[in-house]
Amino acid sequence: MELLIVILVVLAVLLVGGFFFLRNGRSTHAPTIEPSALDSRDAELEQIDLGSGDLDADGVLVDRTVDEAAAELDVDEPMEEPEPATFRDRLGRARSAMAGYLGSVISRGDANAETWEELEEALVRADVGVAATMEILETVRNRAQEEGIKDGAAIIELVKDEMKARLGGQDISLAEGGDPSVWLFVGVNGVGKTTTIGKIATREVAAGKNLVLAAGDTFRAAAAEQLTMWGDRSGAHVVRGAEGGDPSSVIFDAVEHAAAAGADVVLADTAGRLHTKTNLMNELSKVRRVAEKGAGTVTETLLVIDATTGQNGLVQAREFTQAADLTGVVLTKLDGSAKGGIVVAVQNELGIPVKLVGLGEGPHDLIPFDADEFVDALFS
Amino acid sequence: MFDTLTDRFDGIFGRLRGKGKLSEQDVDEALREIRLALLEADVNFEVVKSLVSRIRDRAVGDELSKALNPGQQIVKIVLEELTESLGGEAMQVTFSSKPPTIVLMAGLQGSGKTTNSAKLANLFKSQGRNPLLVGADLQRPAAVEQLRTLGRQIDVPVFSEASDPVSVAKASLEEAKRLGRDVIICDTAGRLAIDEELMEEVRKISEVLDPQYTFLVVDAMTGQDAVTVAESFHNTLALDGVILTKLDGDARGGAALSVKEVVGRPIAFASTGEKLEDFEVFHPDRLASRILGMGDIETLIEKAEAAYEEEEAEEAAQRLMEGTFTLDDFLHQMKQIRKMGPLGNLLGMMPGMPKEVRDVEIEDSQINRLEAIILSMTMEERTKPEIIDGSRRNRIAKGCGMKPQDVSALVTQFSEMKKMMKQLGVQPKKAKAKKGGKKGKKGRRGGGRTTPKGNAPLVDPSAVLAEGVEEFQGLRLPGLPGGDE
Repeated sequence: MELLIVILVVLAVLLVGGFFFLRNGRSTHAPTIEPSALDSRDAELEQIDLGSGDLDADGVLVDRTVDEAAAELDVDEPMEEPEPATFRDRLGRARSAMAGYLGSVISRGDANAETWEELEEALVRADVGVAATMEILETVRNRAQEEGIKDGAAIIELVKDEMKARLGGQDISLAEGGDPSVWLFVGVNGVGKTTTIGKIATREVAAGKNLVLAAGDTFRAAAAEQLTMWGDRSGAHVVRGAEGGDPSSVIFDAVEHAAAAGADVVLADTAGRLHTKTNLMNELSKVRRVAEKGAGTVTETLLVIDATTGQNGLVQAREFTQAADLTGVVLTKLDGSAKGGIVVAVQNELGIPVKLVGLGEGPHDLIPFDADEFVDALFS
Repeated sequence: MFDTLTDRFDGIFGRLRGKGKLSEQDVDEALREIRLALLEADVNFEVVKSLVSRIRDRAVGDELSKALNPGQQIVKIVLEELTESLGGEAMQVTFSSKPPTIVLMAGLQGSGKTTNSAKLANLFKSQGRNPLLVGADLQRPAAVEQLRTLGRQIDVPVFSEASDPVSVAKASLEEAKRLGRDVIICDTAGRLAIDEELMEEVRKISEVLDPQYTFLVVDAMTGQDAVTVAESFHNTLALDGVILTKLDGDARGGAALSVKEVVGRPIAFASTGEKLEDFEVFHPDRLASRILGMGDIETLIEKAEAAYEEEEAEEAAQRLMEGTFTLDDFLHQMKQIRKMGPLGNLLGMMPGMPKEVRDVEIEDSQINRLEAIILSMTMEERTKPEIIDGSRRNRIAKGCGMKPQDVSALVTQFSEMKKMMKQLGVQPKKAKAKKGGKKGKKGRRGGGRTTPKGNAPLVDPSAVLAEGVEEFQGLRLPGLPGGDE
């Protein structure tokens, strides 16, 4: 009878809460959060001046007023065709944290206990995570034993092979087939969702696709402006609502607009949200449901993860996939010193493939994920 | 759910029970678990090494050998070392006698510089200062627009112009003078530590501004790379402190510890929510128990505060302990508590919860069923469940689509639980009595066993732990046998 446990928990939480309310008057503490904190986003946003905008024919707010300063810098940027980024030249800039360990493993020659310890440290240093690291090394250790491989350098190759095998062989294309298709971008705050959409838009429009961008981040100040600038740069139409409005309805409108205009794909932005906020995660589930209410089909739900993310990335992936059925991961900011090893853990535990990688700030710095190059770069 | 360090220790020390003294080997085993826990919390590898060796030194000394409960003792040592490493003292921001006081914000992309610039301005404003926000992030599209919007929300002027970041910084000094602002907070573009060009730019901004405070904004979710980043920024800018953001998630925040250890600068502020007021002076002790994945009673309380009507929760807790708690109260409280997140997570935050209880997977559907039963009762039945006879029971069961036995089970268990709570209730009542009779809205606060608040370490975490065990052991014993039925 598990009801009992539930009762127990509710009472226990209440009791703990109650005890501490009684014990520690928290009046001197930081501003207390309003009980209705769950709706606070709406409340807070009422104060925001929505800025100037014009209603276009569809009754959708189309804002062309952007901050002059930023506009001047960005909009007239020459759009020549730069070479697409590659892993090697981007990642070559930062010496991998692994290098030291690997050098030591190789110079030792035949492997001993220390070799395995160093390999473990090397992988953990790259944010691969303790569990995934142990699993990978266990497999490699068995294989090395079976095949009688003792040399350090050869063992490193085995580790690389094992990781490539785990990460590779996935379908990393972005699925279409909806009429229109909806690609939904989700993730915690500040990982680069809006920028990723901007880059994909630039690429897809250049490839001749007809795109609509949906400014579903109605929470962060000026998120819609940011997306609009990307729309201007790439030539994709942007559908936006009022700041603080309902993201589901913005995305729904965008899908309707895309259907009417015969567009192929809707790239839907969402507000960054921490996966621990139940209400915001529920909101996301709703966004995903509502996106399919009209003509559209959600063919991709992509979790955007920042390469600097540590072990929390795994928890993020787990929660986001529960709320919105992830189809893939976009790993951003891989051009820094962080190596994004967390995607190994994500792939390992949840089987969600990495589809795209962000290697820089330019529109052409978002490239398809390549397991071989990724692992090589990790070990470089 | 995460294995907490305490769980792991329970495992190790369970086997050692009866051994009078821990051998070095036993300690090694414990240290290995500590190492893993720290790594899983994203504490940097080097930092973990030095921490573990410090803990070992203390643990193999006589400090431990005499301890009655070596497991608890080790946890205590670890907590102390972590708290120490995180910096015991809170950082004090003092304002320059010759205004303006200048603050420079720097960090990677997406760490939260713009939002936290505004949060800092809001904090200074509430301290009676007149800040000026400066938008020197001309890189990210609409970053200045974002800062302007935030500035409007907190009623703080924002300065920026369409030139280059260094000129904006320079011009902002004049602007502050013109507007009579006494604090300048300069937001800068996110940049990678290895981007030499942009690092040079921020160095120039720093040269022009000559800031009193340079803060590195660090995302609590950052992994092992945090150290590399902090070192590069420190080398370029000479940091004064760190602002730790997104601490309202469930990231353990080990990166913060690493940064503190490596650059030796304190964590000054922590951002704990999306609202502009969710910004506070940093509490090292809280983060210490969080990194270890131990019960995080502070966060639990914060969540409770967010979800609860304080008054109401207090009254409910009161009624609970007096034994006048009804099923309707229960229903209501359950709804409130569900707002705090999945029950399983809450359970994990409670220190000292027995492992058996903590590991139970609680499905939403179970709670829905429970709710359905109570909702199918009349108000009278909820207040006086003893009037539920056979016919009422059948009606309720039909109403919620469950079996009559389920209804009985709920009623019996609820009343048993109520009895138990009443017994427990004796203790806190004493504490309450001390507070004196006035129970006005404010009188309630700061009574009994309060530790002084403010930026204070709330309670010694290990004390909470021990206390928690005591409190919940009472709960668990009569409860669990029922759970096996």
